[in-house]
Amino acid sequence: MNSTNSLADKPVAVVGSGNFGTAIANLIAQNRRVLLYTRSEESAQKINATHQNKGLVLHENIKAESDLAIIARECDVIFPIIPSAYFRSVIKQLSPYLHPYHVLIHGTKGLDIQLPKGATIEETPKLNRKQVKTMSEVIREETSVVRVGCLAGPNLSKELMAQHPAATVIASPFNEVIDIGTKLLRNDYFQVYGNNDLTGVELAGVLKNVIAIAAGALSGLGYGDNAKGLLISRGVVEMIYVGRALGGNTKAFLGVAGVGDLVTTCNSSLSRNYQVGYQLAQGKTLSEILAATTEVAEGINTVRTAKKCADFYKVKAPITNALYRVLFEKLTVKQALQYLMRYPLNVDIDFLDDPVGA
Amino acid sequence: MEIVEKKNKNKKYKPILEAIPDWPVYKLSKNRKEFIEEVAQRAYERIKSLRPTPKQLVDELEATVYREQQRMKRNRWRVDPEDEPKFWAKVKEDLNNIATKTPEEQEPVADFILKRIVSRYADEIAGNFKPSQYRLTREIVKFWFARLLNGARVKKFGAFWRNQYTLRDKIHIVGKVKLLRKLARKGTVVMVPTHFSNLDSILIGWVIHSLGLPAFIYGAGLNLFNLKIFAYFMNSLGAYKVDRRKKNTPYLETLKLYSTIALEKGAHSLFFPGGTRSRSGMIEKQLKLGLLGSTIEAQRNLYMQEKPGETAGKIFIVPVTLNYHFVLEAPDLVEEYLSSKGQDKYMPEQDRYGSWQLIQFLFKFFTKGSSISVSIGRGLDIMGNYVDEDGNSIDEHGRVIDTRDYFVSNGALTADKQREDEYTRMLSQKIVKEYHRINRVFASHLVAYVAFNMWLKKHPKLDLFGLLRLPEEELQLPYEEFRETCKKVRKQIYRMKVDNKLNIASHLKGDIDEVIKRGLYNVGIFHLKRPLLRNRDGNIITQDLNLLYYYHNRLVGYELDQFIG
Repeated sequence: MNSTNSLADKPVAVVGSGNFGTAIANLIAQNRRVLLYTRSEESAQKINATHQNKGLVLHENIKAESDLAIIARECDVIFPIIPSAYFRSVIKQLSPYLHPYHVLIHGTKGLDIQLPKGATIEETPKLNRKQVKTMSEVIREETSVVRVGCLAGPNLSKELMAQHPAATVIASPFNEVIDIGTKLLRNDYFQVYGNNDLTGVELAGVLKNVIAIAAGALSGLGYGDNAKGLLISRGVVEMIYVGRALGGNTKAFLGVAGVGDLVTTCNSSLSRNYQVGYQLAQGKTLSEILAATTEVAEGINTVRTAKKCADFYKVKAPITNALYRVLFEKLTVKQALQYLMRYPLNVDIDFLDDPVGA
Repeated sequence: MEIVEKKNKNKKYKPILEAIPDWPVYKLSKNRKEFIEEVAQRAYERIKSLRPTPKQLVDELEATVYREQQRMKRNRWRVDPEDEPKFWAKVKEDLNNIATKTPEEQEPVADFILKRIVSRYADEIAGNFKPSQYRLTREIVKFWFARLLNGARVKKFGAFWRNQYTLRDKIHIVGKVKLLRKLARKGTVVMVPTHFSNLDSILIGWVIHSLGLPAFIYGAGLNLFNLKIFAYFMNSLGAYKVDRRKKNTPYLETLKLYSTIALEKGAHSLFFPGGTRSRSGMIEKQLKLGLLGSTIEAQRNLYMQEKPGETAGKIFIVPVTLNYHFVLEAPDLVEEYLSSKGQDKYMPEQDRYGSWQLIQFLFKFFTKGSSISVSIGRGLDIMGNYVDEDGNSIDEHGRVIDTRDYFVSNGALTADKQREDEYTRMLSQKIVKEYHRINRVFASHLVAYVAFNMWLKKHPKLDLFGLLRLPEEELQLPYEEFRETCKKVRKQIYRMKVDNKLNIASHLKGDIDEVIKRGLYNVGIFHLKRPLLRNRDGNIITQDLNLLYYYHNRLVGYELDQFIG
């Protein structure tokens, strides 16, 4: 897939060297040289010396780099894959070196929250879209880059590293961005789909983490596939309702980045969010779980954000609400389940008749 | 009850280009024939690339003929050329003749038909700027406006011939005038005003002249040319004609290219991006993307045509809001709006106001106190970034950016229609935001907004239409309560002004009773039924709730209603 165009030789950057960032860097490296950003000079040197990152073997086309100015100068296309908590600050650091010719495709499944000075998330009862931003919106706010996209889909890092067949969605209002992303990522075992509803796809990727925690919790209680089928199907409905309130369209939630990603994370004990739910069901508290892991489970923050948004926009979100109470208000998983099973909501599918979301 | 602007500098601006032959619009009209040919040629190529196969092209042409014949049957205007039916009958006949032929045989004939159609359209659209007519019009307008103003206001014998008052006392131009003048020297300016009244085009024409700018080319609605007085103004000011009845692809593409090529040649332009006048009285929220897109395409073409050692010309977008106490057509506009709200039906262009009504209005306007203010916004590049005095684009973090980079992909300039459609959407959102920011709140807007919302809140069970159906006699607001609410809302308006979210007229400040008095006096001042006034008991009443709704809409979109009730 290497083009003969001399400009195609410009390397592509992946900013963020966590598991997922590394997996994406390895995918791109099959088509193009990659600069992998890592925060310190030493770790860059170490990665370059060993060709390994956190025990993961790197493709030979990957070079680690700790200078954002070099990254922006060398690369026209940049994939920021950074936990949402640090996303804005890294983009701010990168921003002075970026120009409108850059293309940014992020792979972060979280939301950014900006509160007035002195306010804390715990004390803020409701959140609206002026406070809650998707990652692409953060990029638009902090940089002069307009050609922005995201990638989302059932992409467990370990399976990607092992080159199992998988697919992703690249979403952007710009077809150009989708084309660029597709060319860079696609190979014989990795399929790429395009979608123009950037907000919808971002939200699908974010909101599915809520349901993933719930799925882990069901398994932790020892329940089987009937329960999971119930959860996933009702989960999609809930994601669509909350997602629409936040500016996405129904369709994005039914595709690879929505249902596809949801089914994967709800069935995978590899998923961190699933693990959080599983351990909650076994009686551990949130702080105990957090203390035992170094990896970020985006879903925990998402539950809180989604709940407060659902309250603001008056959207019914029983699963999110129940999880919120388990995570932050000491409800047990069993009690939460009882609450859900008694929840009076009897219509199976009602979001397809509504022309607004269709 | 005259409103005197405190900060009215009453300044006269020198023309930035003295001699008319230097004006881009003049150069354009001097080479009219070549220009039209270029437009037609490029429109032809564009449509060929949009409809690449003979079958697609023939289908397109058939649809065009059908639509044109329907238009002629249903909706013919005085300005329409006489040979129109003949022309389209011939096109139809030619199309019929090739209907059964093979695609290879069809192609040359279809191409030829297309060429004839776009040439005809290009010629129809093209303006005809004549310096002599421009100068004459300018002098006539200046002379008579001065007579009206002075004769009406200075009550002394001989005042008629004095020049104590000028139009500048009536029409206040505020905002980034200096920047606009600088940008017009640096590059090509596209002025994009809000659109409330048919008077807007004349008003803007005067503004452009009085700021010392060379004439701009207008895309003026063809319906205006039905009125002789307008037709004369328009023609002499370099207007080109936009016929909103024609929605067929060849026409729309020709129109867009006319604008694009004129911009590429450096002709300052004026669009009303809302398309038609705001029916509801609200500031435009949705803009028409077609003409706006031509600015982006023209800018990209300028970069692509750039020769080594040259810098490509830059296009600057300047949003402008026109702020009125009174809109002549308000009663009809709001009626149309209300009857069509919720239904997506075609709205016929109605012009019940002939030349006579207009002159009457102008006379009233000059003799009674009521002013208009024109806010000039900060210049933007075609991506909606602010530009500085040297025309550099500045991003939100204060860094200079190169607009060219927006069209660069993989190191090279590229043309990408889908990308530019998206850019157009972004630009339109930015313009709408700027409108709200530079909009000047008048006392009359404030009182209308407050009164209407108070009535709405007092009838929580009624929706908009329910409220509008209430008999006007039943509606009364105690003055004290009204006064307090006005104060509260004005305070919030002040706060928003500090945050740079809107702008205010200087007459909005000061004693609230005075402000309310001014507002009541001026809101919809020349309507037979006044939208808002005080009765004998001093309470606030209305004679026409629909009209009040219209004037209240001016402040919709600022979330001010939470401060009422």
